[in-house]
Amino acid sequence: MKVVVDMNKCQDHGQCVFAAPDVFSFDDAGRLAYVSEPDEALRAEVEEAADVCPLQAIRIEA
Amino acid sequence: MIKLPGLTGRIVVAGASMGGLRAAEQLRAAGWLGSITVVGEEPHLPYNRPPLSKEVLAGRAPFESLAFALRDSVADVEWRLGTRVTGADLDDRWVELERVDAEGTEGAGERLAFDGLVVATGMRPRRLRCPGPTVGRHTVRTLADAEGLRTELLRPGVRVVVVGAGFIGCEVAATAVALGAAEVTVVDPEPLPMLRPLGEVTARELLRRHRERGVRFALGTGVTAFTGDERVTGVLLGDGTELPADVVVESVGSVANTEWLAGNVLDLSDGVLTDEQLRVGGLPHVVAVGDVARFPNPRYDNVPRRVEHWCIPGDTAKHAARTLVSHLVGETAGPAPFAPLPTFWSDQHDFRLQSFGAPVLGTGDVRVLDGDTSGDVVMGYHRDGRLVGVVALGGRAAAGAAVRYRAELLRQPALTAS
Repeated sequence: MKVVVDMNKCQDHGQCVFAAPDVFSFDDAGRLAYVSEPDEALRAEVEEAADVCPLQAIRIEA
Repeated sequence: MIKLPGLTGRIVVAGASMGGLRAAEQLRAAGWLGSITVVGEEPHLPYNRPPLSKEVLAGRAPFESLAFALRDSVADVEWRLGTRVTGADLDDRWVELERVDAEGTEGAGERLAFDGLVVATGMRPRRLRCPGPTVGRHTVRTLADAEGLRTELLRPGVRVVVVGAGFIGCEVAATAVALGAAEVTVVDPEPLPMLRPLGEVTARELLRRHRERGVRFALGTGVTAFTGDERVTGVLLGDGTELPADVVVESVGSVANTEWLAGNVLDLSDGVLTDEQLRVGGLPHVVAVGDVARFPNPRYDNVPRRVEHWCIPGDTAKHAARTLVSHLVGETAGPAPFAPLPTFWSDQHDFRLQSFGAPVLGTGDVRVLDGDTSGDVVMGYHRDGRLVGVVALGGRAAAGAAVRYRAELLRQPALTAS
């Protein structure tokens, strides 16, 4: 599974971090960091993260 | 004959905004293999509304950037757009549809049968009923609303009066200032903006921040009339003053789109009442999602409330879809009661307001948890001495600090259990 976050859209709401903490996190500077090719087993939580992003900035490719 | 559960039959989703889309997706995720028909009045596929009062008004977000991505799982969903649901018989299981187009309506009275129904018709803006012209008066709920208002806000030297100092009103006021409006005045009968949901301390600070950034306020008074002949030229207030206005924005709350459910012996006094599984009227084959659903939240006091937060369509859809599908496929055990942790945000000027939990239940006991009131701050809202909500105000640091308290809110036992 491939995850792409449009960082021009992202406004650091952090809803994805709550939904999929294994994939999304905030770095020390408070900016979003994420695993771009997470394990397929995490699909449900990544989909949840994409759903709850207020800016709809998360895309799941394949 | 063995009936394969969930393979046949139709679920109708009434409402094609975010709640309707999330319901369709979650029906599939819950295992529904039958057909799904989503009926929506607007001509558009579901789109994201929060940017309407901000990025769309400011001209930074075209429609393509608002449309929700459609998952593969909903590729076979039938979308009946530009179509209004005008009636329903929940026992006989049909809804009545009417096409809406620019010329008016046609095809009234078509009946569509269903096995299961999702009520997702949402809200529409409440309008002021005051004497005076209607031209020049706007609301912000749909894309068409926002585009119409944007055109007017771009007129040079425009004077704007926003009626209603809630979240949408304050967002629109901030955007209008940023667009260069000559005067922006927010009117509200309450003494402070956003007072009811946030309490006095936070509301007072929000007032200060808005004023500092050029928004004027006329508080403690309401609108009694609009002046002007063909179109609005001013707003007459209860205290006798008249504010000149080229554009008026009405952000005075909303009205539930539930008229089509009349005649079904339901509690429609404020949205549609549901139980803790989001079932409507005790019927196992009808559920409600989104801000039209008035549901009890056992995390708090079990008083059924409608919740107009962005996260609610997704949260309710996930739960309601499980409720509905488990009934339709003949499972006996439904999901555990719905008990979401509310969360909302509001972007105004250069600051964000981020809320977790239910600050509205703790406005009588507000304490600064982090930072200082005039800068980046996290406010804690308490009821009977326990934390029930947090609100961060400011930049990224404030929101980051609030996240720590979110975990604490999630750990709290239900208020009803104490």
